[in-house]
Amino acid sequence: MTFVVFCLVIISCKNDDDEIICCQQPIVTDVTFTFSHNWDDNDVNSSDFNTTQYTNANGEILTISKIRYLLSHFELVNTNGNSFPLTGYNLIDLSNPDSFTFNTTIADGIVYPGLYTLKFNYGFNEEDNIDGAYPDLNSASWNWPTMLGGGYHFLQFDGMFNVNTTAPSPFNYHNGTAKISDGVFEQNFVSFEFFPEIVIEPNSSIEIKMDLSEFFKNPIVWDLNTYNTSLMPNYDAQKMMQQNVGSVFSIGQITQE
Amino acid sequence: MKKWLVYSILCICLSCSNEPTDADTDMYVPTPSPLQIPELFENLIIPPVIPINNPQTVDGISLGKKLFFDPILSANNSQACASCHNPQNAFTDNAKFSIGIDGIAGNRNSMPLFNMAWNYDELFFWDGHAFSLEHQALEPVTNPIEMHNTWNVVVSRLQESTEYPELFRKAFGNVPITKELATKAIAQFERTLISANSKFDRYLLGEAVLTPEEENGLNVFMDENRGDCFHCHGNPNNPLWTDNIFHNNGLDATFSDLGLGQVSGDPADNGKFKSPSLRNLAFTAPFMHDGRFNTLDEVINHYSEGLVYSPTIDPLMKKVDEGGVHLTPQDKSDLKAFLLSLSDPSFINNPDFQMP
Repeated sequence: MTFVVFCLVIISCKNDDDEIICCQQPIVTDVTFTFSHNWDDNDVNSSDFNTTQYTNANGEILTISKIRYLLSHFELVNTNGNSFPLTGYNLIDLSNPDSFTFNTTIADGIVYPGLYTLKFNYGFNEEDNIDGAYPDLNSASWNWPTMLGGGYHFLQFDGMFNVNTTAPSPFNYHNGTAKISDGVFEQNFVSFEFFPEIVIEPNSSIEIKMDLSEFFKNPIVWDLNTYNTSLMPNYDAQKMMQQNVGSVFSIGQITQE
Repeated sequence: MKKWLVYSILCICLSCSNEPTDADTDMYVPTPSPLQIPELFENLIIPPVIPINNPQTVDGISLGKKLFFDPILSANNSQACASCHNPQNAFTDNAKFSIGIDGIAGNRNSMPLFNMAWNYDELFFWDGHAFSLEHQALEPVTNPIEMHNTWNVVVSRLQESTEYPELFRKAFGNVPITKELATKAIAQFERTLISANSKFDRYLLGEAVLTPEEENGLNVFMDENRGDCFHCHGNPNNPLWTDNIFHNNGLDATFSDLGLGQVSGDPADNGKFKSPSLRNLAFTAPFMHDGRFNTLDEVINHYSEGLVYSPTIDPLMKKVDEGGVHLTPQDKSDLKAFLLSLSDPSFINNPDFQMP
């Protein structure tokens, strides 16, 4: 009878949070990404908006008023080439610091600590870029017009240039699906893969750095006097943005615990 | 042995139970009345914001509606919320500036009221200075150019009323009437003011067909080369038709009203006001935070050729040096036709929203 009561106690009081700590190999169930933003290594945050002036590679002086961008399909690839997707996507908004942290789980459950290559997509790939499919992104008015292929923006980067003159002008560096002609569209996302491999352990936090100056610099020196607004329907501008995004992201600090 | 077993089981029950205590079960539980979420909203956008400490209830909504339409809130019993927020005007009025109980005009256009539970940031008023509907509702009562009253007076009147004590008891239980409970009830009623049955909503649901003019108007709205309205005012996948964010939309070179800048203290916010929803424009003239435009044509003309530069102008205001994008007369006319397809007569005539 004593045995029966003992079992009842165990079953009744088992808490979901209880962990059995015992001689098991450590596992990784989730990874945290943090996002930081700079212009040529000078930190950029929303307090710089509309006030701090930046000089781009083409020599225009500009201010920033808004930056939002979407990253998706985070993935870890181990040294054997096995891929482990991470769940979800993240819309980062420089005016919302909550969006600078993205905790995501291993889609298949776990990986073991070790060396991994980090991959992610800037924007959505064609498979994910489904018009209207994501209520959180719809609620954020992140949609890309159907007439331009639909789906979602990848980037909204707004500001004013020639702010050192008497006639500052707006720029809307918005990126998404590229329209070739009416009803004909071309994917425009960018897949990133970072080398060397990074150490992933339980509670790893990985900083993704964005250098905003690169949008205007590499490989195409961007002339805001030519390409400033109404760039969404402009195929050439969309493809040039795709090229320049390639050098915008880098891996920053990696911390464990 | 048996006695020992009984004690053990009793101990287990006591130590592990999560059931409410006697004190908890004494709490009054009014009848829930969850928001009826429209199909489009359910499918396309994230759920509405309902504060955990102010759930929607049958009696709370009913009390809120009575308070909303009752001039008892104003100092001289002459004005209710509905005086400046008339159901027939999508809960705004047709004045440039509403006139308060002392005959004094305000300095901002009365805002229409609908779909407010989907204002995810919960910043209300043109300049966003009130967080949450409950806090917003506190202000007009004491505003000296609106109801010019005090909440102490209002609470006394409600306590002395023959009807209200029982209505508050039904809504919130045996607790004293307070301004917080009054505004909770008003907020509950306001959250029921849902507009989602315009022609364009029915078009999205496959129940209506757009005219060629409305179709072209939608294209103007969504075309970055022409209207480019969608960056601030929603799109077919965001049926709120607003981003509920603050923008300087190029109305003035200098500001007599700083808008968000007055609230934040940041000069970079000067001249910024909340994007209003484009639903129900057929009922909500005049337009803009200061009611400067009497017609929708004037609004469209402003964005087309009337933009004025100022240091905080939103970069989405394109070609500001030319006054705007200069829409053709046909595009202006079609844009207007599309915008009017977002109006919802069933909302303004909803019997649940009329004066009791």
